[in-house]
Amino acid sequence: MNVAAPRSGLMRGLYIGYMLAFFFYLAAPLAAAAIFAFNDSQFPALPWKGFTLNWFFGSTEPQIGLFNDRRLMAGLINSLWIGVIVSALSVVIGTCNAFLFERKSFPFKSALYVLMIVPLVIPGVILGISILVFSSMIANGVSDAFWWEWDFLRPGVLLVILGQLSFLVTITTLVISARLRKFDIALEEAALNLGASRVRVLATVTLPYLAPALFSGFVVAFLVSFENFNTTLMLVGSDAPLTITMYDRMVKVGSTPVLNAVSVFLMIGSGLLALASVFAQRPRRGEG
Amino acid sequence: MKSSDASRLTLILLFAPFALWIILLIILPQIGVGWLSLREKLGPREYAFGFGNYLDFFREPIYWNTLLRTAWISVLVTILALLIGFPVAWYIAKIARQRSRAALFLMCLIPLWVSDLVRAFGWILLLRETGIVSGMLQWAGLSSGPVELLYNDITVVIGMVYTVVLFMIVPLVSTLDGMDNALLEAGYNLGGSRMTVFRRIVIPYAMPGIVAGCIITFMLAAGSYLTPILLGGKNSMWFTEQIYEQFVTRYNWESGATFGVLLLVFTSAVVWLGLRLTGQNLASTVAKE
Amino acid sequence: MHDLECVNLTRIFGRHIAVNDVSFTVPRGSFFSILGPSGCGKTTLMRMIAGFETPDSGDIRIKGKSVLEVAPNRRSVKMVFQHLALFPMMTVGENIAYGLKCRGENRSDITRKVADVLARIGLPGVQDKQISQLSGGQKQRIAIARCMVLEPDVLLLDEPLGALDLKLREQMKIELKLLQHQFNTTFLYITHDQSEALVMSDNVAVMNAGRFEQIGTPKELYNQPGSGFVAGFVGDTNRWLGRVTGLSGDEARIALDAGPEIIARAGGALVAGARAEIFFRPETVSLTPIEGANQLSGVVDSLLFNGANSRILLRSSDRLIEIAQGVMDATTPVARGDSAIAWFRPAHALAFAAPEAG
Repeated sequence: MNVAAPRSGLMRGLYIGYMLAFFFYLAAPLAAAAIFAFNDSQFPALPWKGFTLNWFFGSTEPQIGLFNDRRLMAGLINSLWIGVIVSALSVVIGTCNAFLFERKSFPFKSALYVLMIVPLVIPGVILGISILVFSSMIANGVSDAFWWEWDFLRPGVLLVILGQLSFLVTITTLVISARLRKFDIALEEAALNLGASRVRVLATVTLPYLAPALFSGFVVAFLVSFENFNTTLMLVGSDAPLTITMYDRMVKVGSTPVLNAVSVFLMIGSGLLALASVFAQRPRRGEG
Repeated sequence: MKSSDASRLTLILLFAPFALWIILLIILPQIGVGWLSLREKLGPREYAFGFGNYLDFFREPIYWNTLLRTAWISVLVTILALLIGFPVAWYIAKIARQRSRAALFLMCLIPLWVSDLVRAFGWILLLRETGIVSGMLQWAGLSSGPVELLYNDITVVIGMVYTVVLFMIVPLVSTLDGMDNALLEAGYNLGGSRMTVFRRIVIPYAMPGIVAGCIITFMLAAGSYLTPILLGGKNSMWFTEQIYEQFVTRYNWESGATFGVLLLVFTSAVVWLGLRLTGQNLASTVAKE
Repeated sequence: MHDLECVNLTRIFGRHIAVNDVSFTVPRGSFFSILGPSGCGKTTLMRMIAGFETPDSGDIRIKGKSVLEVAPNRRSVKMVFQHLALFPMMTVGENIAYGLKCRGENRSDITRKVADVLARIGLPGVQDKQISQLSGGQKQRIAIARCMVLEPDVLLLDEPLGALDLKLREQMKIELKLLQHQFNTTFLYITHDQSEALVMSDNVAVMNAGRFEQIGTPKELYNQPGSGFVAGFVGDTNRWLGRVTGLSGDEARIALDAGPEIIARAGGALVAGARAEIFFRPETVSLTPIEGANQLSGVVDSLLFNGANSRILLRSSDRLIEIAQGVMDATTPVARGDSAIAWFRPAHALAFAAPEAG
């Protein structure tokens, strides 16, 4: 008998009912957003007018599908490459941080560790405005002093990347540190003892061990970057990523089923990536 | 010695990216915002320094009312998320069998990876006048005409709980998972009732998870933008919206920065208070996997 | 010719002297153990030899040459780690080939050597297995093979049997000894388990608080311990405290704190009137009278049956005496509560000077 479970049958039934209701609550808005992507109607609302894939692939007015909508596709591509750059950078910095905090000792280590965590608890909007303010201050200063126009410090892709990087590094650091902490340092010593150089030890023993965490750190960072709104909103220039483009469309044009198509696309993409990261983190047979 | 030189070099090499990141992307920008918030605009290109922006904030009731409203809704959302999330976390960690546990946990996580925007969009489609719920009510004869369920506080709270509840469940599951059922058995064996076992054993054990979940949830709620705006409508009075408006619509960066500092100070204070009251610390709660 | 020579090695961590002026030599092809309780500095000593720690003073010589300036990955000293440290992300074959690849040997040589060494340790053809598919004893042998394939001058073993269960540990003791004979390489073995050290070693150094108490063959350590610590740490023994009342030759007359006066052999320098600790082994104590032996009377407290290791516990003025002689052969049929006298010869009781405090 499981002591943690309710004892009476009635309570058990109620508990399961509660769980079902909870998952219904979780699923309802996603389902609502998904269903209308396939409705052959101009509006994402009832009644149901038949199944169509036009909101994905349609190329004629008024049903221009997601894949033929130039602005949405541009947003998608911006999101993709911003995501890749930001995730790669945060994995690199996160790995350095993980080694720094797990392996090295230096003065004020615990205070700096807290500082490393802090970006996670600063509201995204504030991260956004602070980077906007700081880069504008530099840009204005340079402009006043030297008459140089540093446009890359004005809202745009670079600032979006920096803004997302500011908190994603914390996430990747935590993911990678967690695995590095479980690493048995004797493995490195064994490799060294068997004649490997420091670089070889890193390449053949430590990094292969960290690989699942590096991968899932990358995926998590990519997903968070892809869906980020609050920080990005403050920093965006003309090359808006997908969430911003979608928001613009929602506010200016109102809801149209093509937005449902975007939602479906995001759900599938994110779901697959998240699953991949979960499986990568799973202990494999080879690990003791 | 050679080896200590090498180890100092690696320390410097590892420290450099950390220092660059934390100084350039966190510390200096925050200082920049603080500095900007103390700058008062007197005329074009004419500034003075002082607390004028802060005084303006307190002189204008709509501003501090918005902050208070944001605060109490965020607290409410946090409490609701805890109440709703705890039984779910308990089920996943303690009752579900090994195999369904992973599946349930994944099901909880999947909405996490979908953008705020999509989630809010889903709620809009469900709750607006021409939405699914309204249609259902009319079809069932419970309502004679279309019902507008959007743009009220209850909807905002429901939508926000939805957005943040997963961040409550994840840390709760990971702490409860570590609790040995033998603790409960011992509790009952020594004569504890359900209530005492829950209060004296389960709650203290789960405290780090509860605190971590509450901190993350509260920060996300107070800092959220999309859900209150989209579900609450344009007049939803949300503090991040004020910040955005000052920066983008009114181009009044000084007062936007002031609001930003106030939001940060306020949320930090709440987090600090929460940590103090529960005797936890930031590194051990948030950084727990 | 010595394979390994340590001269006045010292290592200090802050205020704690982990290894204190240790010197020893290990002859070629011998099995040398360092035996000591945990925290005695034996792991630090081994890590210095492997190059993971730098001594504060002293020298380490391998085949006569100092290796202090040689990086750990260039020393021809290989190490079997406490938890073996087999690489989980590689197969058995890749684990064994690792060191050869680091040396840059060509592929066909590597394949041949890996197969060779696996055959020698009695596990031919397991190259493609995952580490997790091996049993505890097999992992042990793979860890040794991974080092031996590199033909090191010295193989260091850091309590490698610690993680195994009792039965397997007994088996592996014998197997390790056989492997050492087979490879004819110098083994330096670290352990806190005296039976491992005694069974396998040619020579054993007993280490305590950073120093070597005694170096000798297992038999010497057992029969002629050089200090009270060695007498108490190696093998089972009865330890009593007393005061020296008289000395004649190497015999000392000692008044036990909790018993009569007995005669013991002086293990080290003793001074009349000073405090002493006396050790006598259970197998030298008998309940049947021995002429000219010391006597301690008491009451049988319990009978501990454990096959060949069975014991009688005799309570004598609130202290227990372990008795092993004549327990199993039924020469002394006693029951719990019987009064009895424990007899042991003066030659079997060893006395060492003890610190004054009580």
